[in-house]
Amino acid sequence: MIDKIVHSMAEAMAGIRDGSIVLIGGFGSIGQPNALIDGLIEQGARDLTVVANNAGVGHTGLARLMEVGRVRKIICSYPRTSDPVVFEGLYRAGRIELEVMPQGTMAERMRAAGAGIPAFYTPTSVGTKLAEGKEVREFSGRKYVLEEAFAGDVALIEAWEADRWGNLTYRSSARNFNPVMAMAAKLTVAQAQHIVELGGLDPEHVTTPGIFVDRVVHVPYGEPVVT
Amino acid sequence: MNANAVAKTLAACQPWTREEIAARAAGDIPEGWYVNVGIGIPVLLPNYIPPEREVIIQSENGILGMGPTPADDKINRWLINASKKYVTLVPGGSYVHHADSFAMIRGGHLDLCVLGAFQVAANGDFANWSMSDTDMPSVGGAMDLAAGAKAVWVLMEHTTKSGESRLMRRCTYPLTALGAVKRVYTNLAVLDVIGDGFAVRDMAPGLTFEALQDVTDAPLRLAN
Repeated sequence: MIDKIVHSMAEAMAGIRDGSIVLIGGFGSIGQPNALIDGLIEQGARDLTVVANNAGVGHTGLARLMEVGRVRKIICSYPRTSDPVVFEGLYRAGRIELEVMPQGTMAERMRAAGAGIPAFYTPTSVGTKLAEGKEVREFSGRKYVLEEAFAGDVALIEAWEADRWGNLTYRSSARNFNPVMAMAAKLTVAQAQHIVELGGLDPEHVTTPGIFVDRVVHVPYGEPVVT
Repeated sequence: MNANAVAKTLAACQPWTREEIAARAAGDIPEGWYVNVGIGIPVLLPNYIPPEREVIIQSENGILGMGPTPADDKINRWLINASKKYVTLVPGGSYVHHADSFAMIRGGHLDLCVLGAFQVAANGDFANWSMSDTDMPSVGGAMDLAAGAKAVWVLMEHTTKSGESRLMRRCTYPLTALGAVKRVYTNLAVLDVIGDGFAVRDMAPGLTFEALQDVTDAPLRLAN
């Protein structure tokens, strides 16, 4: 019997190594898997490269992972969110590396990794500092920048419902990067608010099929807080 | 230009508020357009689409059919806009993941994106992600939007807090995209990008063309 549901955070985080590339879902604090991030802190992996849209809000979730010194480098599109207090302090002190990536390029690089596409050309960033050093090629008279696929060792994602095969649904705009990251990592761990029986999810509504998910943890935390 | 000259100009007219800037831009969007709104003044725009007009608002975080700010007792805590503020979904709206959201954006499916900016140049170049090599750069989806939407409008203050023009002969900050902006809405004017300057379509009440030119780096002319 396939059962991807694990019953402890230690099981969920087993095998995550120092130096891993960790993809963390969410847009700001919505769709960010805070319980899994706390589990990762507990597990102890360090020297991590984290990929997330933002660089943490307040002192919880991703911000806490940085605050306890586990993140060597963050790759994100928009660190300048409302309250990036932890990241800002580390960045100004030169204690964390930052790579800024256009949001759509970030999403597509991970999608490509999950889809077996090693690289692609995009019109995004042509002629800007973020395209410096990258191959540029013209198609039908327009310039495009070559971007390579980007895979993670681990993806930590947040879902709404899950079953034991790892099929997932999401809630409103909390979907964001989660389905893309689920496809793009060697090990994908999901936290879900609701666990349902196999067959209990409408197949028309499954957004991430279980093939992209390795472990599921039931985390019925209620409503997210926008900070 | 300096802060005093700008203050004098602002005092002599009635500059538009952030809400009025958003409302003016919203009023100029034709029925049926698909429009992305970015961080800053643009996120106010969905609150001002005339109710009789169907304009479909896209938000980069995976919302197609984004509606106005909800009443306090109608908040969906999983539904936020690009500025991480609560919003609504209109009937007919849908959710997608980030790769699909940026397929809409990059793939030429949006009629318009409305962005904030630090600077816009006469040739349509604009800068909105980094002010120097030492600050914290934040690009978000701006480079994808500028490359993919059929038109880009910018909503921003006309000058910086210290009185520098944001409408430039050439941008001095790192560029977000080249030649992308078609129109700019500021607290002082509505202007079209015309290559060697800006054409003034409208000015805040009480403002003269000369006073506007005095606080603007790029050359201006009156639109026909």
